[in-house]
Amino acid sequence: MRTLAKLSTVELKLLTRDPLTLLFSLALPLVSLLVLGGVFGNQPSPEVWQGIGPMSFYVPAYVGLVIAALAIISLPTALAGDRERGVLKRFHASGVAVSAVVGAQVVVTLVMAVVSSVLLVALAALVYDFEWPQSIVGVIGAFVLSGLALAALGVLLGAVLPTARSAQAFGVMAWFVLFILGGAGPPYEVMTSVMQRVADFTPLRHVVLILHEPWLGVSAGWSWAIVVAMLVVGSALGLRLFRWE
Amino acid sequence: MLLQMAPVIEVEGLVKRYGSLVAVDGVSFSVLPQEIFGILGPNGAGKTTTVECLQGLRRADGGRMSVLGLDPQHDARTLRARIGSQLQESALPDRIKVWEALDLFSSLSPHPLPWEQLLNDWGLVDKRNAKFGDLSGGLQQRLFVALALANGPEVVFLDEMTTGLDPAARRVAWDLIGRIRDGGATVVLVTHFMDEAEALCDRLAIIDHHKVVATGTPQQLIVDHGGGVTVCFSTGHTDLQWLTSVPNVTSVEHHGDQVSVHGEGPVLAMVAAALVEHGIAPPDLRVERATLEQVFLHLTDNGEAP
Repeated sequence: MRTLAKLSTVELKLLTRDPLTLLFSLALPLVSLLVLGGVFGNQPSPEVWQGIGPMSFYVPAYVGLVIAALAIISLPTALAGDRERGVLKRFHASGVAVSAVVGAQVVVTLVMAVVSSVLLVALAALVYDFEWPQSIVGVIGAFVLSGLALAALGVLLGAVLPTARSAQAFGVMAWFVLFILGGAGPPYEVMTSVMQRVADFTPLRHVVLILHEPWLGVSAGWSWAIVVAMLVVGSALGLRLFRWE
Repeated sequence: MLLQMAPVIEVEGLVKRYGSLVAVDGVSFSVLPQEIFGILGPNGAGKTTTVECLQGLRRADGGRMSVLGLDPQHDARTLRARIGSQLQESALPDRIKVWEALDLFSSLSPHPLPWEQLLNDWGLVDKRNAKFGDLSGGLQQRLFVALALANGPEVVFLDEMTTGLDPAARRVAWDLIGRIRDGGATVVLVTHFMDEAEALCDRLAIIDHHKVVATGTPQQLIVDHGGGVTVCFSTGHTDLQWLTSVPNVTSVEHHGDQVSVHGEGPVLAMVAAALVEHGIAPPDLRVERATLEQVFLHLTDNGEAP
C-alpha cells in the first residue's frame, strides 16, 4: 500500500513533467466538445438522443470519452513503454509488486480523469446550457466504476502490446472507433443497424449509458452489468498476461 | 576461518534454456559470507542469466539454488527485500529525478538505508535534482549501484557495474565495493574486466560456453592455469644450455643478453641456486607470472580479448 502510494505520487509527478502528453489528454476532449457543440447546439429533437438536448447528452458522454482517452491510450503506452525500456524489470528486481505497478497506473488514470472531467464540465458550463446531474452521488459512482473498468482494459492492452509505439498506435485507433461509435459521436439513432450492432460491442457506449442514468434520469439497463464485466475480465486477463520484460 | 562458514549462495547444476538455446548448462559454485565473488566470462557465456536466476528474475530449467537460505524460485518476494540488484539492462523513467528514485527504492524495504548517504558515497550530491534521462551513462550506472544498496541488502548483485565508467570513476567504484563488503554484505560481481576481477574478487568463477571452467582465488587460478612460471634475467654469459638440466626447468630462451627460463613449481629457487653455483649473480633476476587475463584467454580458449 505504501509502495502504491509512493509509486502513484512519482508517476503523477512524471506526468506533470511531460507537457505534451498532458496537453493531449486534457485538450483533445475539450476541442471535440466545442466542435460538436457548435454543430448541434442544445435544441432537443425527439428523434435522437432519446429526446434529450444534444449538450445535455454530450457532456456526460465526453466525460466518458475523457476517461477512455486516458485509459485506452495513455495507460497502455506508459505500461508498454516502461516494459520496453527495462523500467519494469528494474522495479521487479527491487521487489515492487505487480499490484503496485498496475495500481499506480490506475490511480494516475483516475486522478487525471477527475482533473480533465472537471475542466470539461467547467468549460461546457461557460459556453452551453445543459442539464446538471440529477444524482451527484450516482454520477460519482458511475464515474469511478467507468474509470476502473476502462483502466482494466488499458492494463490488458498494456500487457499484450509489446512496445510504447504499438500501444499508442492501437490506443489512438481504438479510441477513435469508440469516439465515433460509442456514443460520443453521431447519435446512436441515426446509425445504420450494422453500426448499431458494432456500437453495442464498444465499451464506451455502456460507460456513456451508465453515466447518463444518474445524470439525466434515463435507464442504463444491462450496461451496468456489462461495465462490471469489463472490469472483472479486463483485470483478470490483464494481470494474468502482465510481463515484466 | 571463512571456509567454516555456511555459504550464502549455493548453486548446483543450474540449467536455463531459451527454447532450444542453452544459456546456462550445469553451472555450480558457492559464495561465502562477506566474499566478493566474481563471475567472469566472455559475452554470451551465461553470466547474466545465471545471476538473474539467482535473483528469481528467471525460472531455471534445472538444478538447485539457494540464496540466503531461500529458494529464488519460490521465495522471490522475500528474497528481493534482502538483496540488492544492479541489472545490466534496465532503466528508470527519463523524467524521474535522482533523489526521487533513491527515495522510491529505499521506501521498498522495511530497513532502508538513509539515501542521503548514498548520494554522498556515489558522488551524486550535485545531481540530486537531475533527471535520469539527462544523466551521462556513467552517472546512470552510479545511480543504479546506489539504488541496489538502497534497501540495505545482505547480498548485492552487480552486473557489469563499471561498464561506462571512466577509469577514475572505476577506481572509486572499486573502493566503494570494498566498503560494501566491509559493511557486512556479500557481493557477486559479474564482469569482463580482468583488472577489476583481480583487484576486487576474493574468489572467481570463470564461465565459458555456459559452463564453469574454473573456480578459485585469482592467485590460485594463475598458479593452476597460468602455464607455469618464467624466470628472467640478463647476463653476458652465452653458454647457458646447462640450465635445461636444472630441476623444474622445462625450457630456456636466449635473446641477446636476455634469458627466459620456463618451468613449474619452485623454479625460481632452483634457477637462482644453480646460477650462483656457476658464479653468475644477475642483478635483475625476477619472476614473471601469467596475468589473470592470460589465464582467462587460456581457459576460455577464444583467442580474443573478452
